[in-house]
Amino acid sequence: MIGYGNPGRIDDGLGPALSALLDARALKGVSVETDYQLVVDHAHEIARHDYVIFADAAISGQAPFSFTEIPIAATQPTFNSHSLSPEAAMFFARTMFGAKTKGYILGIRGYEYEGFGEGISERAKENLDAAFLFILELLGQGKRIS
Amino acid sequence: MTKTRVIEIEPITRVEGHGKVTIHLDDHNNVREARLHVVEFRGFERFICGRPYWEVPVIVQRLCGICPVSHHLTASKAMDMIVGAKKLTPTAEKIRRLMHYGQIMQSHVLHFFHLSSPDLLFGFDSDPESRNVFGVIEKMPELAVQGVMMRKFGQEIIKATAGKKIHGTGAVPGGVNKNLSIAERDVFLRDIGQMKTWALGALDIAKKYTFDNLAAVQAFAVFNSSHLSLVREDGALDLYHGNLRALDAGGNLIFDQVDYRRFNEYLMEEVKPWSYMKFPFIKSRGHIDGWYRVGPLARMNTCGFIDTPEAGKALVEFKNLTRGAPNHMSLAYHWARMIETLHCVENIETLLNDPDLQGTDLMVKGERAGEGIGVIEAPRGTLFHHYKVDANDQVTFCNLIVSTTNNNEAMNRAVKQVAQDHISGKPKITEGMLNHVEVAVRAYDPCLSCATHAIGKMPLAIEMYDADGNLVDRNSQYI
Repeated sequence: MIGYGNPGRIDDGLGPALSALLDARALKGVSVETDYQLVVDHAHEIARHDYVIFADAAISGQAPFSFTEIPIAATQPTFNSHSLSPEAAMFFARTMFGAKTKGYILGIRGYEYEGFGEGISERAKENLDAAFLFILELLGQGKRIS
Repeated sequence: MTKTRVIEIEPITRVEGHGKVTIHLDDHNNVREARLHVVEFRGFERFICGRPYWEVPVIVQRLCGICPVSHHLTASKAMDMIVGAKKLTPTAEKIRRLMHYGQIMQSHVLHFFHLSSPDLLFGFDSDPESRNVFGVIEKMPELAVQGVMMRKFGQEIIKATAGKKIHGTGAVPGGVNKNLSIAERDVFLRDIGQMKTWALGALDIAKKYTFDNLAAVQAFAVFNSSHLSLVREDGALDLYHGNLRALDAGGNLIFDQVDYRRFNEYLMEEVKPWSYMKFPFIKSRGHIDGWYRVGPLARMNTCGFIDTPEAGKALVEFKNLTRGAPNHMSLAYHWARMIETLHCVENIETLLNDPDLQGTDLMVKGERAGEGIGVIEAPRGTLFHHYKVDANDQVTFCNLIVSTTNNNEAMNRAVKQVAQDHISGKPKITEGMLNHVEVAVRAYDPCLSCATHAIGKMPLAIEMYDADGNLVDRNSQYI
């Protein structure tokens, strides 16, 4: 799992908060990365794993979270250094390192992003808990993701 | 009355953060004005106030996802003053330097290999569909992989010295909280030779680009300016510590060997109504003429020499291009950046072989002070942190002048000059023309204070308005 975002910007810290929760469980066979954003070097790490889950805050969309598989892009995704998308990270992993990794986006719905502040908003905390439970079930039951 | 059209490029693609360029055209498509606007979060200084001082080196990393290590180290240097640590232990200083060189290396590498190389390798006017890192992967896969592996090496150095890649706690007021174990060291020693080879290769690409396109480089966003950086007492390049030196456009010293704790006596910041970013200037020159450049190009101009062998030779070549006079070419930032990358790799190698890194004397303290100032040469230029702390150990004042802010006026000049050279008088504005403007901004590798990123952001919008404010053209793409 790669949980990414800025914990100094309220709900943007949802990804790192989830990866911290998962890291604390020290589950066998699960690597956990935390970063401010996705960057090109994550491609190398992605390629070393069978599955990767990108955990990020979602500005809009489904609550408590959405979980979607990343399709193998028919065309190259847009690349912008500030916000390298999961699709772009997967594209890098495939094209540079021959990755066969399957990728998923876990978008945890957040609500407060403006300004600086530590800690997740109350509403987003509930979504974080639900997302963590979902991940534990996914991994803890030993069932394959796909 | 002549009407004005406005073209907006928002945000600038392939720079760190969110910026917007507005180009104001008149009825004849001549550029009347061009400006770089920055959409940045304000209030970080207030966010810091009230915190205990020892938390600051960790908290400031949240200002920015791109250069957290630079803020971490600069805040730590300021807090060294607060705790009265006049001189760090050899182990502490060398661990911090190692962290810093890892940070600069990975930052420069990302910029060169993945953000700027498409423009340099394929041309500013080439097909935008392939003028990106994917085009590099397709045509020069080994180069793209080198970029990733070098960046990863730098990131691992950060992790080993700071404890983790984000919210590192390695540097603390008065020193560091960990050394580098033999096992950690050996992992890096295994790969350092390869890093050096790749750094030399990247330097060759940047240098070759400069000489192969010399006429264009000498005509693209070239303007006279002062240059400012830290230098060592003997005038050598020193990215971690030193005194302030400023040169005018002709290479004459404006000031030299100024203790950075007195920076407020030499520099001021001006506010302009159309930008959130401040405009720093050298007091003695006034706010009109006192602006300056910082970062790799400025550092090559201000330093007398580089004390690592390969980068030292590269600097001599760099200075020979302008016969020792300051280099004012914006595109020379790329060459300068690769000289610094090589310098960092050479320094990392030297440090890895230094037994002080395994030392156990990590902290010093002295007489407690109420004010702390830290200055460092961050990847993008000189970074200033200034704090005041009360008797309850709480921060009561915080002022940051981030590296990119120092280059604010220079970037605006670059944008305006390139817009006038490449857009004025043209009957149709093409993507290639607009990319020239972005290339000018990108040369400075600005970090425009990362806005919140999350799923669902739009990376690029170009909008054109007529003189009455009506939207006449719009082009956008989504991640």
